Amino acid sequence: MGIISSKLGNLGVVTTTLDQAINWGRTGAMWPLLFGLACCAIEYMSTQASNYDLSRFGMELNRASPRQADLLIVSGRLTRKMAPVVRQLYDQMAAPKWVIAMGDCASCGGVYNNYAIVQGADEIIPVDVYVAGCPPRPEQLLHGILTLHEKIKGESIRDWAAPVETIRV
Amino acid sequence: MALQTAANTNDPMAEWAGSLEQLKGLVTERALTGETMLLNMGPHHPSTHGVLRLLLELDGEEVITCLPDIGFLHTGIEKNIESKSYEKAVPLTDRMDYLAPMSNNTAYCLAVEKLVGLQVPERAQIMRVICLEMTRLNSHLVWLGTHAIDLGAMSVFLYCFREREELLKMFEMLSGQRMMGSYMRPGGVWRDFPPEFLPMLENFLGYFPSRVDDYEALLTKNPIWMDRTQGVGVIEPEKAMAWGVSGPSLRGSGVAWDLRKSMPYSGYDMFDFNVPVGEHGDVYDRFMVRIREMRESVKIMQQAIKRLPAKGPFRSDNRKFVPPPRAELGQSMEAVIHHFKLWTEGFAAPDEEVFVAIESPRGELGCYLHGTGGNKPRRVHFKTPSFMHISSLPVMTHGHLIADLVAIVGSVDVVLGDCDR
Repeated sequence: MGIISSKLGNLGVVTTTLDQAINWGRTGAMWPLLFGLACCAIEYMSTQASNYDLSRFGMELNRASPRQADLLIVSGRLTRKMAPVVRQLYDQMAAPKWVIAMGDCASCGGVYNNYAIVQGADEIIPVDVYVAGCPPRPEQLLHGILTLHEKIKGESIRDWAAPVETIRV
Repeated sequence: MALQTAANTNDPMAEWAGSLEQLKGLVTERALTGETMLLNMGPHHPSTHGVLRLLLELDGEEVITCLPDIGFLHTGIEKNIESKSYEKAVPLTDRMDYLAPMSNNTAYCLAVEKLVGLQVPERAQIMRVICLEMTRLNSHLVWLGTHAIDLGAMSVFLYCFREREELLKMFEMLSGQRMMGSYMRPGGVWRDFPPEFLPMLENFLGYFPSRVDDYEALLTKNPIWMDRTQGVGVIEPEKAMAWGVSGPSLRGSGVAWDLRKSMPYSGYDMFDFNVPVGEHGDVYDRFMVRIREMRESVKIMQQAIKRLPAKGPFRSDNRKFVPPPRAELGQSMEAVIHHFKLWTEGFAAPDEEVFVAIESPRGELGCYLHGTGGNKPRRVHFKTPSFMHISSLPVMTHGHLIADLVAIVGSVDVVLGDCDR
């Protein structure tokens, strides 16, 4: 044991609750779905790129498959034709899963109160954090992600114990 | 073409049989018997650059048929503009082609100016040229980064976005917004360049060509890149023109058609620049055309900075169409009246139709505008390059491997917001 403990710097023992340990893991390595809709997706790419560097928050790994993703960022205007697809993607994600509505269109329809646009992503999927802006700056998206982290830190593993209800569209 | 995406019945096979029936005539008979495979690509797919859906008929790995299914980003922008007065529609045009907002603004503003016969001062035209070329760099940088990442070159993306941030800082300086500036207005631009803008732009233009050298060092002679792109997605010049391909994708086939040269607008005829063309019309040539276009844009901007008078009007002084500056409002009753009229009901345009086309980073962006005699248009229509490029995908992809499809979709630089509007 001597070798191992000296390599680890002999950190000793930390006591915590299971909830805190799990939430620490969930917030520290949250994998977003590689998914973009419109203009906000470009700002999302900026957030990931060199200047804003989303990997500081353990989020550099975008998964193209919803089965491997924890976070769905609805980035852009959600049209009526796209809505069933987004709902299906959400349903295919494994719990625990979270949703950020990025931008005005995904939050409330934005300037497009017309026949084509769903008036907010929360009409079809539950949304955890809304980020305002058209499109939001990368700082705003980062703030939204950190707000989501705060929210997750208040959750308990019991919240996700019951199966999440899925709706067939 | 109506392709079903969601199953409405409990029996998925019934739905599938129904959609096969709908596909008759669009795919070959071999697909209906199950000899070739039908594969759905998108709308959620990392390399379709947004929400494009492609229905592919595959013989092994070979693409036999490629059916694009668009409309996943149809926003109704053209319809919304019909309920806005002419000046208030400008912010909506930003959000069509979200990689080139200023080009959309300009196409729309030129159409409005043509409809009402509004003259733009020369200084404002040069300011527009500077912004349009910045937009071209902005768009090409995103294109290069995402195209390279599709083909496995991750680091190019990070470098491209580093330079793009500098451009976005300058856009923010001009308009207060990073992407959707709405900086162009009928009659000129929104406001004068702030004093710190031109020094920053000159500094950027000083080092940007060496950054393009960096991108080229990573890609141009890279054997993997050349293998993936050369001889892939070839489209002959006659076919490209017949399918309405325009912009760098057409020039990659060797047709020197650039609206900045062929039908100059906004004073482009005063600038000295080359129109780069390719030879083979493959993905590699389209890549090279865009890289060389970035260098030409730098040349145009450097000339524009030299030509730009230090002082002068940045928009027309025709008060019937352009609001008076803030300073006049406290001194002139007439200015107050003009301000009130323009911001409550806007200006009237005659019951005529106009069409204006400009060279956006993607190709020919046309704006058709039909006035009513009142303050709102009867119909606005944008003829967008991405729509044409998506419709030419079946021609370009025929007979290629499915892995090459990713390269081809990236090389024609489609933006679904531009296509669906």
